[in-house]
Amino acid sequence: MTGKQKRRIKTNIIGYSFILPNLIGYFIFIFIPVCFSFLLSVMEWDGSQTPMKYVGVKNFARLFHDSTFKISLSNTFFYAIFTVPITVALALLIAVLLNQKIKGIVIFRTAFFFPYIASLVAVGAVWNMLFQPDFGPINEFLKFIGISNPPRWIASTKWAMPAVIIVSIWKYMGYYMIVYLAALQGISKELYEAASLDGANGIRKLRYITIPLLTPTTFFVVIMLTVQCFKVFDLIYVMTQGGPGRSTNVLVNHIYNTAFTDFKFGYASASAIVLFIIVLIVTLIQFRGEKKFMSYM
Amino acid sequence: MQEKSIRRKIILYIILGILAIIMVIPFYWMLISSVKLSKDVFSIPMKWIPDSFHFDNYKIIWKKIPLFTFFKNTIKLTVLTTLIQLATSCFAAYGFAKIEFKGRNLLFLVYVTTIAVPWQVYMVPQFTMMSKFGLSNSHLGLILLQAFSAFGVFLMRQFFLGIPKELSESAKIDGLGEYAIFAKIIMPLAKPGVATLVIFTFVNVWNDFMGPLIYLNSTELKTIQLGIRMFISQYNADYALIMSASVCSVIPVVIIFCIFQRFFVEGVASSGIKG
Repeated sequence: MTGKQKRRIKTNIIGYSFILPNLIGYFIFIFIPVCFSFLLSVMEWDGSQTPMKYVGVKNFARLFHDSTFKISLSNTFFYAIFTVPITVALALLIAVLLNQKIKGIVIFRTAFFFPYIASLVAVGAVWNMLFQPDFGPINEFLKFIGISNPPRWIASTKWAMPAVIIVSIWKYMGYYMIVYLAALQGISKELYEAASLDGANGIRKLRYITIPLLTPTTFFVVIMLTVQCFKVFDLIYVMTQGGPGRSTNVLVNHIYNTAFTDFKFGYASASAIVLFIIVLIVTLIQFRGEKKFMSYM
Repeated sequence: MQEKSIRRKIILYIILGILAIIMVIPFYWMLISSVKLSKDVFSIPMKWIPDSFHFDNYKIIWKKIPLFTFFKNTIKLTVLTTLIQLATSCFAAYGFAKIEFKGRNLLFLVYVTTIAVPWQVYMVPQFTMMSKFGLSNSHLGLILLQAFSAFGVFLMRQFFLGIPKELSESAKIDGLGEYAIFAKIIMPLAKPGVATLVIFTFVNVWNDFMGPLIYLNSTELKTIQLGIRMFISQYNADYALIMSASVCSVIPVVIIFCIFQRFFVEGVASSGIKG
């Protein structure tokens, strides 16, 4: 064995000694379950001692006839379609406002960011009280400004989802605001000065300089938010548990209930694979987009 | 010109002020309700400053639910998960960033791919596996499944890649081995990365709801989030007590946030820039 080979073997051993502690845990607790979920999606299994039974695509075929699944899927899309654009717009707006030379930026930033790190159970409990239909502060305020018949929010099938959307925008906007703020700091001041010399006002600068230059960031934020929206569960569980009726039941509710209430693990995995496919599509869009934006930079 | 810019500033402050107040109102409401009597929480008209302060609420909740046990459990889970996550992630990230061993790129690709798979996709098979190992309804199970996330490896690797090669190469010439370089040269330079990872893991585990919801059934094992949830379903009309329990659950995170605010902001910002 030559010295070179020896050294290479030694490098390999040292390299693996570094990654092994994480690799073993990762392999057992993450990698295998990920692979297992594909396998389970074509099986029928109640989680007990009885062995699983191969059923092919039956689980997936059943999804198409399962009204709860279909409602969950459309609720998830509804949630995402409203949450994503409003969150992006508000995060961008506040980041632009905070990017001016102002005093007290730390206080403002804390106020906007704090909901993001506050626990969902606490936040859900507070908002449920704020949304209380008969004497909650939100409806008191709406009555005060002249709306005599305010929505019944989480007590109504029509308004429960909008209430959840409001809370999720409130909670997650601060995170994306910080992402935007970092990106804004990367835009050169000279561009704005040149635009001022040409007589451009604030709104024109926003439209022709800031927003175009932030396109890669916006793209990234939209992708992250979309994935996050399709994974939503905790917030809905603590606010409405999917109700009233099935009005706020989302995809992960369906997975959770099918697995841990009905003990249909195979069927739940098929539902989870649908979530995976949606996230995969979004991720593929991200890869394509990243290539496109890289070529601009 | 001068006057116009002052006017602009004032409008800016007013808009930001209103938005910030909207953001903060729920927390303010939580605080004032936590020291009211439950029957006064929804009094009409609403009282922005309570007539009397019932700090007793904070004593009562400790007796109504085993809040102390919940805190203890949560601290245990949080500290252990964070420690394992930090140690194994830093180790693995160093291997991936600085050592060229066989199969490195393939393994890293596998790590990156699974980051894109949401936990919700594989939580069901993971749970059935953990039950087989006898790890459901135990703290160990929850710690193990959260401690090895690929995210930690990914984050630390980014930090290590930013450290110039020349540093470790000159250390090699001085006769230091990889372990010594890792411990003496790279880790001290990666402190901001460590801080970011620790804080994010800490807050995530502390606030985690779905993991404990699936894994922990026994009351004596429950975390603070589950405990408060349990409290809400048992005493759903004790509004004031629900709010004081909620305040208790948020306080540790507030403290961590105030101390490490800079790292939070940097951590979020870097996640955006790197994509």
